[in-house]
Order: sequence, then C-alpha cells, then structure tokens
Amino acid sequence: MTALVILGIVALIFIVLFQIGKVTEIATGLKDESDAEERSNFNTGRWLVFFMIAFLIFCVGSAIYYKDWMLGYGPHSAASEHGQELDSLFNTTLLFTGIVFVATQIALFWFGYKYRGRRGNKASFISHNNALEIWWSVIPAIVMCGLVAKGLLAWNKTMADITEGEDYIEIEATGQQFGWLLRYPGPDGALGSRNYKLIDGVNVLGQDWMDEKNLDDIQPSEIVLPVGKKVRVRITSKDVLHNFYLPHFRVKMDAVPGIPTYFVFTPKETTEEYREKLRTSGNYDFPYDETDAESAPFWKMFEYELACSELCGKGHWSMRRVLKVVSQTEYDKWLSEQPSYYLSSIRNTDGDPHKGKLLNIEIKQRSAEFMNNFESAMAAENPEDKIVQLKYVTFQTGSATLTPESIYELTNLNNVLNDNPALRIELAGHTDNTGDAGANLELSQRRAEAVRSFLLDKGIIDARMTAQGYGQNRPIDTNDTDAGRKKNRRTEFKIIN
Amino acid sequence: MAEILKYQPDVIIEKEGFDDHFHEHHEGDKYQSNFLSTYLFSMDHKIIARQFLITGIFWAIVGAAMSLVFRMQLGFPEESMAWIKPLLGKWIEIDPDGVGTLSPDFYYALVTMHGTIIVFFVLTAGLSGTFSNFLIPLQLGARDMASPFLNMLSYWFFFLASVVMFISLFVSTGPFAGGWTAYPPLSALPQASSGSGAGMTLWVVSLVFFVVSVLLGGINYITTVLNLRTKGMSMWRMPLTIWAFFITAVIGLLSFPVLVSGFLMLTMDRALGTSFFLSDIYIAGQALDYAGGSPILYQHLFWFLGHPEVYIIILPAMGIVSEVMSVHARKPIFGYRAMVYSILAIAFLSFIVWAHHMFMAGVNPFISNFFVLFTLIIAVPSAVKVFNWIATLYKGNLRLNTPMLFAIGFVSMFISGGLTGIFLGNSAIDIVMHDNYFVVAHFHIVMGVAAFFGMFAGVYHWFPKMFGRFMNETIGKIHFWGTLIGAYAIFWPMHYMGMAGVPRRYYRFDVFDTFRHFDTMNKFITIAAILVFAVSLLFVINFFYSIYKGKKVEDQNPWQANTLEWSTPIHPVHGNWPGKIPSVHRWSYDYNKDEREYIPQYVPMTPEEAPENH
Repeated sequence: MTALVILGIVALIFIVLFQIGKVTEIATGLKDESDAEERSNFNTGRWLVFFMIAFLIFCVGSAIYYKDWMLGYGPHSAASEHGQELDSLFNTTLLFTGIVFVATQIALFWFGYKYRGRRGNKASFISHNNALEIWWSVIPAIVMCGLVAKGLLAWNKTMADITEGEDYIEIEATGQQFGWLLRYPGPDGALGSRNYKLIDGVNVLGQDWMDEKNLDDIQPSEIVLPVGKKVRVRITSKDVLHNFYLPHFRVKMDAVPGIPTYFVFTPKETTEEYREKLRTSGNYDFPYDETDAESAPFWKMFEYELACSELCGKGHWSMRRVLKVVSQTEYDKWLSEQPSYYLSSIRNTDGDPHKGKLLNIEIKQRSAEFMNNFESAMAAENPEDKIVQLKYVTFQTGSATLTPESIYELTNLNNVLNDNPALRIELAGHTDNTGDAGANLELSQRRAEAVRSFLLDKGIIDARMTAQGYGQNRPIDTNDTDAGRKKNRRTEFKIIN
Repeated sequence: MAEILKYQPDVIIEKEGFDDHFHEHHEGDKYQSNFLSTYLFSMDHKIIARQFLITGIFWAIVGAAMSLVFRMQLGFPEESMAWIKPLLGKWIEIDPDGVGTLSPDFYYALVTMHGTIIVFFVLTAGLSGTFSNFLIPLQLGARDMASPFLNMLSYWFFFLASVVMFISLFVSTGPFAGGWTAYPPLSALPQASSGSGAGMTLWVVSLVFFVVSVLLGGINYITTVLNLRTKGMSMWRMPLTIWAFFITAVIGLLSFPVLVSGFLMLTMDRALGTSFFLSDIYIAGQALDYAGGSPILYQHLFWFLGHPEVYIIILPAMGIVSEVMSVHARKPIFGYRAMVYSILAIAFLSFIVWAHHMFMAGVNPFISNFFVLFTLIIAVPSAVKVFNWIATLYKGNLRLNTPMLFAIGFVSMFISGGLTGIFLGNSAIDIVMHDNYFVVAHFHIVMGVAAFFGMFAGVYHWFPKMFGRFMNETIGKIHFWGTLIGAYAIFWPMHYMGMAGVPRRYYRFDVFDTFRHFDTMNKFITIAAILVFAVSLLFVINFFYSIYKGKKVEDQNPWQANTLEWSTPIHPVHGNWPGKIPSVHRWSYDYNKDEREYIPQYVPMTPEEAPENH
C-alpha cells in the first residue's frame, strides 16, 4: 500500500513538472522571443554562479568535515614508514589539482554568467592564441613531470624487495574463498615449500611435509608484528584473485593463484599508539557497539584490519583478519607461544609421512622442554618442586627395557649432569595401580635402575645418583582414567643438591 | 540577440553544390520501399542512429535501475527488500520475520551488469553509435555511410548482443557476477561463483557480438570520413565532432580485437581445459589440473581494450561538447587545431597506459614506471581541451539553453573527474586508492557522468534534426540541474570514503571497523541516486513525448549553426539532400567572424574575406 502511495505521489510530481514545462513553453511562445531568451539567459546565468559558489562551499566544507579521513590530516595518518611518504605525495597532488580545480570551475561558471547572451551583444571572433596555448600546455607538463618524479621515487622505494643481508621478518598470507590463511616461519626463519595438489581439509596450504622447513611453520589466526621491523609479506592465493589490503599501512597487493607476489613494509605505530591517536583526536569516544551505549569506546577497541580488495566472489566483503603491532618483546613472547601447525594438527595423523618416526625438530623441542623444566626445578625453593619428569623416557610394556626414543631425553639428562658436576639426583620410577602392587613396586625399581645404569655407562659416577622405585604409591593424578594412569606411569628425578 | 540572419541553403546548394546524380534513379527508392525496410531493417544512417539511441535509452534505464537496487543495499542494508521480490524472485531471500534480503550473489550480478551495460551498451553503442551514425554523413555532406548494409548489420549485431545479454539476466544460476572486467579465475570457474556458469557464457557471447557491431560500425565510420567528404571538406575543415568520431572508430578498431582474443582464450580455458589464464587452483575441495597459465595475462589483454575504451566513450562526448559549445557561444571553438592534436595525442597515449589499471595486480613494479609517465602525460592534452572550452566561453554571447548547459556541465565534470585521475595515475598513490571508492568516484564522474552530459548535450542539440521537433526546454533545465547537483551529490562524497580506504564492490561495510563509519553518507548517496534516476526518467518522458508532441521546428537551421546537417530539409530525405550535395568553402566555426553572425560551411568565401587562418 505504502509503495502504491509513493508511486502515486511520484507520478503526480512528474505530471506537475510536465505541465509546468508545457505552460512555460506556451508562455514563452506568446512573448517576444528574444526578450524571453535574454531573461532566461540571465536567470540561468545567475543559477550557474549560485551553483558554483554552493558547489565550492560544499567541496571545501565536506573536506573539513571529513578531514579525519583525508590522508595525513587526522588520526588516520599512515601507520607505516612508506605510507607517510604516500600521504605526502597525495597532499602535494591535492595542492596542485586543488588550485586548478578551483580556478577552472570558477572560470567556467563565471564565464557562463558573464557572457550570457544579450540582445545587441556580439561574440568576439577569437579562434586561437598560440602564446597562451603554449603556456597552458607547458605549465601542466612541468607540474606533471614534478608529480611523476616524486611519485616514482616513492613508488620504487616502496616496492623495492628485500636486499641481501637485510634484517626482516617474512610472513605469508594466502587468500581463499572467503578468508585469509596466515603462515609464519617457525624458529628456522624460513617458510617451507608448498604444492597446491597436496591441499586437503587438514593440510590447508598444501605444505610439503617432506620439506623440513615446513615442520615448524606456524598458522596463527591473526597477524602480529613487532613495531619498527621490516616485514616481507609473501602473498598467494588458492583459488581466485584476492588482494592483501592493510588500509592503515597503505599496503595493497593482489594475491594471484600460481604467481606469488610480495609487499615489504615497516609498521611504525603499535596498536596501542594508534588507539592513543584516536583517543586524543576526541572523535572516537562513541560506543563501539552502536546498540549498546555501555560498550567500550571505539578507540579502545580499535584493531588494525586486513581486508580483501579484489573482487573474489559473493563473500568478498567478509575477509577480515586482525593485525596487531606490538613491541619486540611482546612479539617474541607471542611467537614462542604459537604451536607449529604440523606438530599440532598433522603429526602422527594419516596425513603425516613421518608418522611413527621421531623428527629432529621434536628432539630439539623436547630438549628445550627438558631444559626449561630442569631450570625451574633448580631454581625452586620447595623440595617438592625440585622434581623433573623424564617425560619422554619410556619402557617396553611390562619390562624395564628402555625404548630407543628414550635415548634423547636421557642424553639431555646426561648433559645437565656433566654441566653441573656438583649435582646429585634421585632417579624415581612410578607405576599406575593396575596389577599387583608388589610387582609394580619391583618393576618401578628395575626401571629406575635401568635409567641409572644408562647414565653410569655414559660416565656419570655412582655417588651422584640413587635409584628408587615407588610403585603405585605416589600417583600424581587419578588412577580411574586412562589419561590419569598414563600420567602416573612415569620416570622422574629429584634434585638432591 | 542580433537580428537573425537567414540563409537559403537550398538555393545556395543548387548554385554552388556538387551534383553526384544521386537522385536520378527513376525506379524509386529501392532501399526504403516498405515499412520493414524503412523503419526496421533500414540502411539509412539516420534511422540506424535513432535505433542505437532508443536501444541505448532502454539499456540506460535497465543499467541505472540496477544501480538503484544495489545502492539500496548499500544505503539501507537493514531495510527489508521484500517489496522487490516480485521482480527479482529467488534473489530476494525472505526470512521468517518477513524481512527480505538481497542475496550477495545477485548483488554482485547487479554490480557487474550495471558496469557492462553502461560502459558498452549505453556509452559505447548508445553514444558513439548514435551520433557517429547520425552526424558523420550529415556533417560531411555525404548521402549515407560508405556501406549502408554493414551499417545496418552493425546495429543488428548490437541488437543481438542486447538480446543475449538480456536473456542472461534470467538464467537460473544468475547473470555473470565477477565484475565488468571479468577477471579469471573468478570468471573462468563456475565453482568460484554461480554467475560464472551459464551467465558468463552468455556474457561472453553477447560481448563478442557487440565487438562485431563496433567493428562493422567503426570500419564504416573510418571509410566514410576518409572517402565520402563532400567537395571542399578537407580534413582540417571537419567539425570536431567528426574528428572525435573518426579517432574513436580508429581506437575501437585497434583495441576491440585484442579483447576478443582474450575472450577466446578465456572461453577455451572454460570449455576446452586449456590453461591460458589458470594455474595452481584448489577450489571447492578439489585441486584443478590447470598449470602454467597467468591470470595477469588476461588483465593485460582486457585493459589493452579497457583503457582505450574509456576514450572511446569520452571522445565522442568531447566532440559533441566542442560543437554544441561553439554553436551556442556564437564563437569559434578556441584552438581548433590544438583540439584536434589533443584528440590525436589522447588516442595515441591511450594505447600505452593500460597497465595503470594493474599497478597492484602483481606485475613487475619496474614496468609501472613507464605507465605512470605516459598516464600522467595524458593530463596535458586533457588540460588543453579544458582550457580551450573555457576560452570558447570567454567573450561569447552564450545561449544558456539545455544543450549548452549540459556542455558546461560536461566540462565541470570532466575537470572534477579528470583531476582525480592525476592521483590515481601515480602508482604510489594508487597503492592507497586502487579498487576503493576514490576510484569509483573518479571514473563515474569523468567517464560516466561526463559522457552522459555529452550525450544529453547532443540529444537536446540534435533532437530537432532527428525528429523535427524540439524537446521541452523547461523540463530540460530541470533535468540538467537535477542531474548536475545530483551527480555531484552521489559521487563527491565517495572521495572521502576512498580516502578512508573503503574498498569498492563490498556488499556490506559493517564487518570491518575501518569501513563502517559512513552509514549516513551511504544513505545520502542512495537518496541522491534515486533523485537523479527520477529526473532521468523525466528526460525519457520528455524525449518520447517531444517526438510526437514537441514544438515543431519551423526553421531549417534553428540554432543558426554552420555545419552541413542544418542545410538539409527539416525532415531529411533518404540521401539527406533532395538535390545536389553541398560543397564546402570554409571550416565550421565562422561565428561572428565579420558583420555576419554566422557563416555556414556551404557559403562561398567573399573576395574580401581573409583566407582561413585557424
């Protein structure tokens, strides 16, 4: 019904306008034609000037109103080093084009009014003016050359790839319908190779697990970068074109299937610093959630964002990821907490070609874990806390024969004993509560002894180590579940002094 | 106004004209013997021009209406669109509360079709097709096109393209929705977008027909301009309209075939399993076999047409504006030769700037250095043209009627949109602006709105010649002011969204905190778009109403213009001139040269007159 009423009103307006048109036309026909034309020229000319004034006020006024969003004026100045140069280039261009814009618009509409047709007036026959034409070709040409020069300097600097020996972080962003997959190299600092034919539901990037570089790669859910450090983003796509777009950093580059691209930039402001800019500008105090007046102010919730800027299908508008810029310390901490994608999602599944084999990376990781535990035990005050579990020391079922894998953990132990010649330890064996308690006690004793004899063989003297089996008497978890029992079956050592 | 000077073209032509024995066939006019051959399958360039114009108007309404639907989505994303379900059917999804939502698939189809239709069907066929056809023979003093038959085919291939494109709007998987540039892999793989199935096939077929139409028309325009100029009509005496149409046709002839080759490869990738543009793709749970292709190659081929295409659109508008402005300023166009040279310079440069659309596409950044340089050089001939138009107004005696207002509006739009091109052509700024609303504002103003203004100026100016009646002047002025103010209201604010980094082709903005600050602006833009659409409808009504009921033209040369079309009868016959064809003695811009207010081209030089020096 409303639609009908609106339609009716629109139709009515049309008819009214049309009748006005017809009547005016007829009225003009009745009057002296050239008189009417002169008056019409005058009125229209005046409107041209009114329009020109209103238009220029609208242009300048809106620019002031939206100055926060204009490049380089408000809090939204670029958050990257090259970005500030681009903002400045933008504003140089704005200056020159602004002058031309205002001058030509004024001339155009003003002439429209000034030289409106009048009776008895005669136009001047001015067909050309070579001097003038040369001037107004040469001056724009010179200005253009200046802008080209400034532009290309900024361009070539911005687009330059990493040079040999530079310190930088390499990360990877892969577009897909409709989201971004992110990848960081692990501790080895290098991204592993990929092959799109290897992609499946778990191996989402098609990483080749035979390439050792892949094994420590990280797939975080957001980009975290240290401030002031050069970043090279490797940009790829799995399916159609996407575009890696970081508006605040003035970073933009297509993601092309089959052709990796890159963009190098240096974040200059941490997320916190950007929030501070927004806060001090005073324009971002409105609630973050419009529907909830109580929600935190917008500036406080601000995050840098990654978007897609190349049409990629029906979900193009939704490819959001958060980017955080933090201090180097925070970055290092964050990075060390990220699990390797391979180890957390692929390891020992059917998709793992290394299934059942221990990898160098795991040996290193276990060694780091051991050292970590050992150091905190050394530092601990409470004797209860001076216990280190030998998490990766295992035995054949029901016997005291060490599994081959245990050698790595025991080597770690051997190393710390060598490094700390004054160190004395008690090796302890524990079991769960299945089976006969006496047999368990005896087994745990034999297992502790096995560890001890391993270390003796390595040259650690007898006096530094005791071996004690505790059987099922000292569980650290419940014996009612498999997981609990697994934890209770363990070998550990206690630092005596 | 000075006393209106009247010439008697029939008398002068009979005396001075050139007899080509055209009307000496006594068996009658075999080309226009019945209704079908006169109005439908006509080979008369004037009828074909009107066919192009009316088809163009149809498509303009469709294309603009599409923009209103997606503007509704952008301006009022929370409003129910259930009311438009009767028209859009399954593309409006109604939830249990009765709230209708436009499906994102169809949103992108609308965006894509809006671009395709307006760029190709309205601003190429509707603008260049109409006025090249109408004015080339008339202003050159030719009986018709060099090949009237090819000319007829040109229209009917356009018609065929139109039919196929129209059908594609109704296929069940939806029309093509991958953007008017149709970049693969999105356009190549139906798995990537449902519109890339049957919709895309029809899209390609339609555009190939369209290119055939452009080429047939273009060959004709070029041949006619080179060979059928009347006696005395040297190249340097041609009106700027003809120069513009001529160069436009040359550009089209050189660039459109490259597009077709790109389409051909794309079709082979789609249908035959070749890998021109595809490589390393994993989509819909499957790794595809394509290997070694480059999606960037397609972009090169596309933009090798795509960039010249924007000049194919704007040059005819420039030609029309130059002519209309000179006639109604009662002054010669300022710097005629500079105008011609700048058209030539723009045409030449248009072929070596295409990769400025691809600065961020993953091409070697070094290459961009050249494209930046050539792109920004285009600003020079463009600036010369603008200064020349303004200088044409200087010390004129302007008739501020609707065609003149649209010509002035064109220059205003061309300045506003052209200057933003200087930002975008600089690759470093393009890093920020590429594919965001700044670009949308730029090209809509400079080649959308400006080209429409040129077209409107042309329609209002030559309507009396086309239909023997005037369009209603008051409605025309309402149309002008509504469009001028409305178009700026739509596109000016988009610059700010662009500077804020808001990407184009987004279905919603609220997913991103960075992009969601422009609700009010988006509403404003949508309302402005609706108003502009309404005044445009007013134009359409005025157009059709005036064909039948407009004020009759009583004077053979109602604008007191110099060009030859105004020496034909008010309703020109087949063959344009009833007797001899006029011979030409001067350029077309002798306005107020001496005591005479205007001197048509067919008027011989008097002994006292200075030899031509322009």
